[in-house]
Amino acid sequence: MLRKLLDSQKEYFEPDGPLHRFHPLYEATDTLLYSTPTVTEHPSHVRDALDLKRMMSIVVFALLPCVLMAMYNTGLQANQAIAAGLEPAGWRASAVTAMGLGFLPGSILSCFVHGATYFLPVFVVTFAAGGTCEVVFAIVRKHEVNEGFFVTGFLFPLILPPTIPLWQVAVGIIFGVVIGKEIFGGTGMNILNPALLARAFLFFAYPAQISGDAVWVAVDGFSGPTLLARAMVDGSQGLLAADMSWWDAFLGFIPGSMGETSTLLCLLGAVILIVTRVGSWRTMAGVAIGSLAVSLLLNAFSGHVKNSYFDVPFYWHFVLGGWAFGTVFMATDPVSSAQTEQGKWIYGLLIGVLAIGIRVTNPAYPEGMMLAILFMNVFAPLIDYGFIQANIKRRAARNVATA
Amino acid sequence: MSRKRRDILLNPLFNNNPIAFQVLGICSALAVTTKMETALVMAVALTVVLSLSNLVVSLLRHYVPTNVRIIFQLAVIASLVIITDQVLKAYLYAISKQLTVFVGLIITNCIVMGRAEAFAMQNGPADSLLDGIGNALGYDAVLLATAFFRELLGSGTLFGVPLLTKVTDGGWYYPNGLMVLSPGAFFFIGLLIWALRTWKPEQVEEE
Repeated sequence: MLRKLLDSQKEYFEPDGPLHRFHPLYEATDTLLYSTPTVTEHPSHVRDALDLKRMMSIVVFALLPCVLMAMYNTGLQANQAIAAGLEPAGWRASAVTAMGLGFLPGSILSCFVHGATYFLPVFVVTFAAGGTCEVVFAIVRKHEVNEGFFVTGFLFPLILPPTIPLWQVAVGIIFGVVIGKEIFGGTGMNILNPALLARAFLFFAYPAQISGDAVWVAVDGFSGPTLLARAMVDGSQGLLAADMSWWDAFLGFIPGSMGETSTLLCLLGAVILIVTRVGSWRTMAGVAIGSLAVSLLLNAFSGHVKNSYFDVPFYWHFVLGGWAFGTVFMATDPVSSAQTEQGKWIYGLLIGVLAIGIRVTNPAYPEGMMLAILFMNVFAPLIDYGFIQANIKRRAARNVATA
Repeated sequence: MSRKRRDILLNPLFNNNPIAFQVLGICSALAVTTKMETALVMAVALTVVLSLSNLVVSLLRHYVPTNVRIIFQLAVIASLVIITDQVLKAYLYAISKQLTVFVGLIITNCIVMGRAEAFAMQNGPADSLLDGIGNALGYDAVLLATAFFRELLGSGTLFGVPLLTKVTDGGWYYPNGLMVLSPGAFFFIGLLIWALRTWKPEQVEEE
């Protein structure tokens, strides 16, 4: 029946139909619901079941555990704060009460629903605003809407704090899609990760709503340092003194950006990405080794500097902030990362080095993952160029020798 | 005014804009455009220097041996910049402090040197004066447009007068911190060039 409906509308979007300008919209709806009728028919063309659509679906599948955790943990953190004495307020609290659910930290359903009232609006706004930009560019530039934005739209809400104002979500994703992707020519042409660029825009434009102590738990009036902020002030003493353990951080029951808290679920996503070969294990291993090396190096100097952040051990760095999420889902973005196999090692290593370096030695930012990945995105083409030229030289030399 | 002279004066505004098309003078465009006030003073200073330097270079062009012409142009520009700087310090001290070194750095502004070398050395004084004013107006237009949006979006004010009431003052407007930083000017000028080249596709470089 759906097929009939789509076919009956098709003539309006054909080249001489009245709605021809909006053909990309029709095409996107059609191919999202059904497999495309236009396939390659002639030989000498690589055919692979792994097309762009399949690849993007795998990434979204790998992200789903983080999405569910985002809703649960956002609610859990808020309910804990309410149990500790803060008053729930606003339409979200009314909605949760109207459904007959209390604000109980122990009730999984209550936490999940309360968190969803924060996550889902951000998610919907991201897709509405970003998707509109995507469609407008598709219509003006006469290309088809593709699935690239689908992943960006999933990633962006997961790296925002739960209290982010919705208009900032819209402004951020519009900037990310237009400046980060469309001006370079659309999906596949961008040098920066659009979701991360959108976050960086908000981070520099509206720092009060995306950093500090008040934004990470979704209850009015809550203020408490994240574990990273504690680490910045008091080093590992601060981490041990906190009422959250290493296991809480590993499993994800800590305040933070909505989807990034759980290292365990990021690891699960990493397994899915590596098994399906969508994400590069070289990049992830590179980040891990780079971070490990720099944190050990800084630990060695920790007795000699005033900055107590130096003594934070690597196993804490790996479970705090956006490290795991960035390593698994951001650094491995196949478009903006390095493309050559050796290049991925260098690219990953330097992200790891920079991320910990920024965290520990920069007095202004307790977290460095976002800036490290964006910075290395810019250098990825240069790294690839180096390895490709070296390869060409080596092969040329070999040919000369045999001739 | 003949058609040729009108072209000399008006072409640099959109068709051959020194910032948006030739991409010259970017450093000062990033540095002084956080506020309308400083941008306006900078615009006036550059207009004075550029038009007068073009005029003087053109008047003396037949008396200068070719192999010392760059030094000669620099001497003219530097003298004019120093005079402008001293006048600003005498009459607009507060603003001249905010502009810091950027008035002095007009000496190195590629637009001034470029017009002296490319136009004033080959053309008569009247045409050169018009060319100087035209290019300065092209620079001023971009400078003031950038400053307008940076001050309005970044601080919610224009010429220091609050227009959008900030949240910190009990209003509704969240100032955009990125606009106050230099990258804000980069993004804005980039968008401006994009808009201009969509309007006039002949400005797009061939690939």
